[in-house]
Amino acid sequence: MLEYISIIVTAIFVNNIVFAQFLGICPFIGVSRKLSSAVGMGAAVTFVMVIATAVTWLLQTYVLNPMGLAFMQTIVFILVIAALVQMLEIILKKVAPALYSALGVFLPLITTNCAVLGVAILVIQKNFDLGQSLVYAFATAVGFTMAIGIFAGIREQLALSDVPRSMRGVPIALICAGLLAMAFMGFSGIKIG
Amino acid sequence: MSRNLRILLNGIIAENPTFVLTLGMCPTLGTTGSALTGMSMGLATTGVLICSNVVISLIKNFVPSKVRIPAYIVVIATFVTVLQFLMAAYVPALNALLGIFIPLIVVNCIVLGRAEAFASRNGVFPSLLDGLGMGIGFTLALTLLGAMREFLGSGKIFGLEIYPESYGSLLFVLAPGAFIALGLLIALFTKIRTPKAC
Repeated sequence: MLEYISIIVTAIFVNNIVFAQFLGICPFIGVSRKLSSAVGMGAAVTFVMVIATAVTWLLQTYVLNPMGLAFMQTIVFILVIAALVQMLEIILKKVAPALYSALGVFLPLITTNCAVLGVAILVIQKNFDLGQSLVYAFATAVGFTMAIGIFAGIREQLALSDVPRSMRGVPIALICAGLLAMAFMGFSGIKIG
Repeated sequence: MSRNLRILLNGIIAENPTFVLTLGMCPTLGTTGSALTGMSMGLATTGVLICSNVVISLIKNFVPSKVRIPAYIVVIATFVTVLQFLMAAYVPALNALLGIFIPLIVVNCIVLGRAEAFASRNGVFPSLLDGLGMGIGFTLALTLLGAMREFLGSGKIFGLEIYPESYGSLLFVLAPGAFIALGLLIALFTKIRTPKAC
């Protein structure tokens, strides 16, 4: 139990996927102008990341490794994630239209979100078992949602303030992200278990 | 000739992937702890970009447009896998330093973006030049950012000591410095590109 709590705290705070590992920066900068869309993106990433990690972990353990095809990892994983996102889109549209209309616009963007592929590869590199992998994927996605949520809140304020002309848009957003990352450095060194 | 030159320069200045299009942010921030790692990441991406652009412009007429994106992804992933094994064999230390960012070239928006926007509509030679130009632009940006962070953080550029390390601000080597340094560089680039801005 303690082991899982340790994975969760590390993934959300200490080794936050955006601020410490630099994964998923594109949606972090691109979809953070409004708080509502940021939260929607976070939810969609959480959904896809957990399912994609489960599928890729099972594939790696029961198909690629026994058949000696570990070198196909990158190709297989990206194809699985791309197919999975498409499938989820179709299934959600049919089964849960309400959820689809909330997450729909963000789903196609997730294929090129390096956080999803990154986590799928990281859990293999860390030698996690299935339970640990799922917990890690979920906690990482929660960390991502939290980061993009806080950041969107800041950017909504930023839109109202008078920023020097050449700093407008991405540059000032990046500097704010830097300050946020500094705040998150305060968590480093925390260890549980 | 002038058209080819324009394609080449387009990626370096007018549509610089990092400073103007702000694509491929993850490796830009994650691998620029020093000028050397930034440059290696840039060169690795350039290699994949050139190969994938050439192959995609060769196969563009055979691939049905409905399945073109998955087809492009397979082409890109193939070259990334080749690169992964080449780097693990010949430069293992660098490979360990860049770590997860090598396989993640697959999802680098620049590579797929150029495949879709340029290589799928142009001939082999222009596509090669476009890949080369974009790659050089990306490499220059990463090297510049890496050099800036290394200089401010540890007083070195490419491992060459400029001032004693103890005077450096460690912050710039760590994560927050990456965001701040890139923000400042993009602002500077915007300022230079739009001379009338006051």
